[in-house]
Amino acid sequence: MFTRIISISVKEFRQIFRDKRSLLIIFLLPVSLLALFGYAISIDVENIKLGVFDKDNSETSRKYLSSLDASAYFTITDHIRNDNEVNELLNNGKIYAAIVIPDNFEKEIQSDKNVMIQYIVDGVDASTAGIVQNYLLAVTYQFNSKIVTEELSRKGIKSVTPLNAEMQFWYNKDLDSTLFFIPGLIAMILIIITVILTSISLVREKEFSTIEQIRISPVSSLQLILGKITPYLILSLFIAASILLMGGILFGVEVKGSYMDLFIGTVCYLLATLSMGVFISTIAESQQVAFQISQLISQLPTIIFSGFIFPIESMPYFIQLLSNITPSKYFIIILRNILIKGTELSVYIDQIYFLLIFSAIFIFISAIRIKREQMT
Amino acid sequence: MKSIEVKNLTKKFGDFISVNDISFDVYKGEIFGFLGANGAGKSTTIKMLCGILEPTSGDALVSGFSIDKDPENVKKNIGYMSQKFSLYGDLTVNENLNFFGGIYGLEGSILEKRKDWALNISGLENKGNILTSTLSVGFKQRLALGAAVMHEPKIVFLDEPTGGVDPVSRRKFWDLIHEISDKGMTVFVTTHYLDEAEFCNRIILINAGKLIASGSPAELKEEFIESTVLEIICDDTIAVTELLSDEDYSQNVSVFGNSIHLILKKKYSENSEELDIIKRSISEKTGKQDKVKINTILPSLEDVFLNLLERRE
Repeated sequence: MFTRIISISVKEFRQIFRDKRSLLIIFLLPVSLLALFGYAISIDVENIKLGVFDKDNSETSRKYLSSLDASAYFTITDHIRNDNEVNELLNNGKIYAAIVIPDNFEKEIQSDKNVMIQYIVDGVDASTAGIVQNYLLAVTYQFNSKIVTEELSRKGIKSVTPLNAEMQFWYNKDLDSTLFFIPGLIAMILIIITVILTSISLVREKEFSTIEQIRISPVSSLQLILGKITPYLILSLFIAASILLMGGILFGVEVKGSYMDLFIGTVCYLLATLSMGVFISTIAESQQVAFQISQLISQLPTIIFSGFIFPIESMPYFIQLLSNITPSKYFIIILRNILIKGTELSVYIDQIYFLLIFSAIFIFISAIRIKREQMT
Repeated sequence: MKSIEVKNLTKKFGDFISVNDISFDVYKGEIFGFLGANGAGKSTTIKMLCGILEPTSGDALVSGFSIDKDPENVKKNIGYMSQKFSLYGDLTVNENLNFFGGIYGLEGSILEKRKDWALNISGLENKGNILTSTLSVGFKQRLALGAAVMHEPKIVFLDEPTGGVDPVSRRKFWDLIHEISDKGMTVFVTTHYLDEAEFCNRIILINAGKLIASGSPAELKEEFIESTVLEIICDDTIAVTELLSDEDYSQNVSVFGNSIHLILKKKYSENSEELDIIKRSISEKTGKQDKVKINTILPSLEDVFLNLLERRE
């Protein structure tokens, strides 16, 4: 029984290490994908470029502007002198927002009048624009309260702030969005690589009709599947470790939970994705078709449905149901728990069960399909 | 002792009857030829006998195990090789043998012993570390056979094993088949080449899913060709064939390369006057066309089968 599985695995290992294409996919693709996506996908707003049209040019206006410039979120890059320039800079995308400070800004503040500062924000990217809006409002309110406090103390009144919100962010205390995306990224890289590699390796045997010899031998379809996926499981575990290591070096990802739990969760996820690859190989007749189906089935649902980028809770109910088709959804929950929260296995045991059931179903269906497939 | 016993084996795909109620026996140590045109049902029959395709009705005992009820045991007792030489080109000769030995459960010192034997019979001693894709077709073919019989099966199925191989390699390959059968292994072989069928101990011919003839090559020749066969060597074979096919004495005319085989309606003794008259008549008839050479020959299996198939049509 085991001799047969081992023979298939050993053969597969040899073929992988002799094929430069597979090696490239295994050793270069994961790390480069991680670096690419890790730097690209970040919704943290930093160094937003501001253009300033300071019509007042007074001490107070300069103070206000320097309080903006001092925050990490904004950088004042342009000083604007007329209205046309505002249009030009925004249209060309040189600045993200323009601030127009009216004449008599200082004078009107000092005479206790309500002054309007005009912000013109590029609204194309709604989510960034929203974040910029919040930051700008916060800076403005802060400046307001400073003026009020100063004013009151000059009049000899002690100011009181009745409500103060003290925020503590657990798990990801710096609200680093990269840290939030890393689990999804790991899930995506692993699913793409494992599904593509397994499906292609089995379909290649069909194309070269080497599968005939195996089918006619006493090797059962289950032994064939296990023999085929074992080498990819071992390799993928190394890939996972290398991604994690790179994640640590590049983005400061750390494992807060136990390594054993991480190992268990990853093995369960890989079993699920590998069995998907095997299943695809039973429906595809050429390597090219297998490659395309693999990409479609692995990548798309992981990006859209897994909660990797878009929170599942805010999806319509039907889509939420649909999101259960991808094992990535479950692995991302597991990974966020282990990597970011450091919680224990019992918290995400349901996800582990799901992945195991998912794998069992796909392996079962594939085994039957392989058995039924006729020799050509 | 019967090695394979086929009883009323039938396979239907929808309305199409691929294999139609065939029965035959194969004996231990025999080289058994299984002949028929493409689409005659050869592959379907082999698939069923190897236990990977269920028969619609009927059964076969392969090495004593029913293909219908016990295909797993059938698989353990057979070897299989096809013209596609299912070897891995990106693995070395040794690695291929390790793999094929392994999937039949061989390991340790037994595996090593069988590997040496397979290398030996395929003429690849000391060449175990060569990548299989760099071997010539003839070597690949012998290696594939070695791999297929490494686990010492009782029966080996060879599905058109010599397709696309040069005549010298084909000859060497048949020497190897004889060597294997001498060891007591039953060889079940399908082939397109009727000259190869002459090497078989016994042959069956199927056409459109039905068994139409069986016996040893000599028996078949005797049974189906009772009359004299003439070989006519000429330049324009097609024109001569047309000229002769309507003659009273001719039963069947077929082209064989640059000669024609003419099967007469009766058996004539050599040097008989009647045969001389026919020969002369042929010379006269074709004289305007060609200078012909006429010989009396022993019928080949090809004559037998062409004659048989034509009779059916």
